[in-house]
Amino acid sequence: MGSGILVFIEHEGGQPKKTAYELLTKANGLVGELGGAVSAVLVGSDQAADLGDYGASTVYTVTGSGFEAYTTEAWTTALAAVIDQADPAVVLAPASSSCKDFFPRLAARKNLGMASEVTDLSVQGGALVGARPVYAGKAIAHVAVNSSPALFTVRPNSFGAGTAVGGSANVVAVAADSGTVRTCVVEEIQTASDVVDLTEAERIVSGGRSLKSEENFQSVIVPLAASIGATPGASRAAVDAGYAPHSWQVGQTGKVVNPSLYIACGISGAIQHLAGMRTSKVIVAVNKDAEAPIFQHATYGIVEDLFDVCPALQKAFQDSL
Amino acid sequence: MKIGVCLKQVPATDTRIKINTDNTNIVTDEVKWEVNPYDEFALEAALQLKEAGKASEVVIFTVGSADSEQRIKDGLARGADSAVRLDDASFAGSDALGIAKVLAAAAKKAEVGLLLCGKQAIDGDSSQVPAMLAELLDWAQVTDISNLELEGDNVTAHRASGAGNKTVIQVKLPVVLSCDKGLNTPRFASLRGIMMAKRKKIDVWGAEDLGVDGSTVGAGAALLVEKSLNLPPERPAGRMIEGGDVNAKVNELVRLLREEAKVL
Repeated sequence: MGSGILVFIEHEGGQPKKTAYELLTKANGLVGELGGAVSAVLVGSDQAADLGDYGASTVYTVTGSGFEAYTTEAWTTALAAVIDQADPAVVLAPASSSCKDFFPRLAARKNLGMASEVTDLSVQGGALVGARPVYAGKAIAHVAVNSSPALFTVRPNSFGAGTAVGGSANVVAVAADSGTVRTCVVEEIQTASDVVDLTEAERIVSGGRSLKSEENFQSVIVPLAASIGATPGASRAAVDAGYAPHSWQVGQTGKVVNPSLYIACGISGAIQHLAGMRTSKVIVAVNKDAEAPIFQHATYGIVEDLFDVCPALQKAFQDSL
Repeated sequence: MKIGVCLKQVPATDTRIKINTDNTNIVTDEVKWEVNPYDEFALEAALQLKEAGKASEVVIFTVGSADSEQRIKDGLARGADSAVRLDDASFAGSDALGIAKVLAAAAKKAEVGLLLCGKQAIDGDSSQVPAMLAELLDWAQVTDISNLELEGDNVTAHRASGAGNKTVIQVKLPVVLSCDKGLNTPRFASLRGIMMAKRKKIDVWGAEDLGVDGSTVGAGAALLVEKSLNLPPERPAGRMIEGGDVNAKVNELVRLLREEAKVL
């Protein structure tokens, strides 16, 4: 049996992402009950930065040939090597695009149990229990993982922002052989915008089919979102009508989101959509149909035409921030 | 080359989920079942490859009891050549790794050269099986693909890497690909397809046929254990902002967001 919690740190060019601090802070709270220490693992970077300040007593790093940029196979091998050396009881990782890709492969390689995309973690009877939305959030399953280590990916924004606790980390370089990587990245296609991914966004402004056109999405939803640093989103009906790309779709068969603020403009609130955004802390609904189901789930509702409200709201945001 | 497509039946997306009294499962009495939407993209991709002369055969794999046969028939009616239903008492209660072990054994036995899966099943939402399958088969994987080309043994796929960005990945067969929305537009079954599907055979393979040790799968071997299932907490009743014109309502909203909800 291992002990302690190992946190997988996602970084951009060596700079840990926000999820790193969220998870380290949560891990600090959990080890109080579970025992053991909090450690961290970086693949493709040896910049421990301030991870020690956020409670990691040891930072394991894997760098070198084959670990310059993400590939499924190299990252699987790297984390398997760190797990062998660190022997943690629990591994926490953000439910990011890459962790969702390689964690199940790691689980199969090491014959470990894995809980995907939990939104809460608690210690019950000495064991870690994760709460995970299933059926796109229409139900919540409480799950335990009976392996050592137990693997959990955690949805971004599930826990508060990280809190520095003071401290410094012992940095340990772990040797790993990336082996033969069978996939080859030939190109990165970047979208023009630099917005945060919907699944990680703190604020989202979404539009429904009542936007009526792609042009209206661009002229109404996008600038309103930009005025508060939000990521634009869309309902399935709007995506299927071609008004917004699929990467914007919120709900079942799209992204499940977890922001502080979700503003739904002209979205009626189909069950598939509600499932994907119901954990938002504050929901604002704007719809001219007072009977729209979205209003039953909204924190604040305005019954008006979105084409009147959105520009006014954008101006009010711009004036007030 | 033979293509395997993993297909699961799930409650339709518009299903209102109800939980049983001992909080262990959903109530399935009124559930309308459908093919997992992401598996439809996988099946469509396979059918298009076959139609383009790049594959010889499309075979569906489903882990499930006889009640899943209607969904398998739907896949056959759309154009898959054959199907295997993987069913054994020892498979019951498997976690994702157990399911992946069964599917990997089936893919080996059927000698497929490419496996297409949905990126996740919209019931459990785990997104684990495709990558586990790839590892168990010792194949490469590309998950969440929205574009696919196959030339000989060379696969080029676009993988969603967050915020609408795509990574273009090249890999050689054999490979496991998990399919995202946007890859294609799944076809409906034609009347002729439905008639032809009636003559297509659905094989049933159990643990012995697959050479799977029953003690390594099923509830007994599951490393992920569901302790309870609940409906999400109801959101407290919200507030309608009324009175005044649009500007007055908008100003009141901004005040509430800042002073009451404290999210600005």
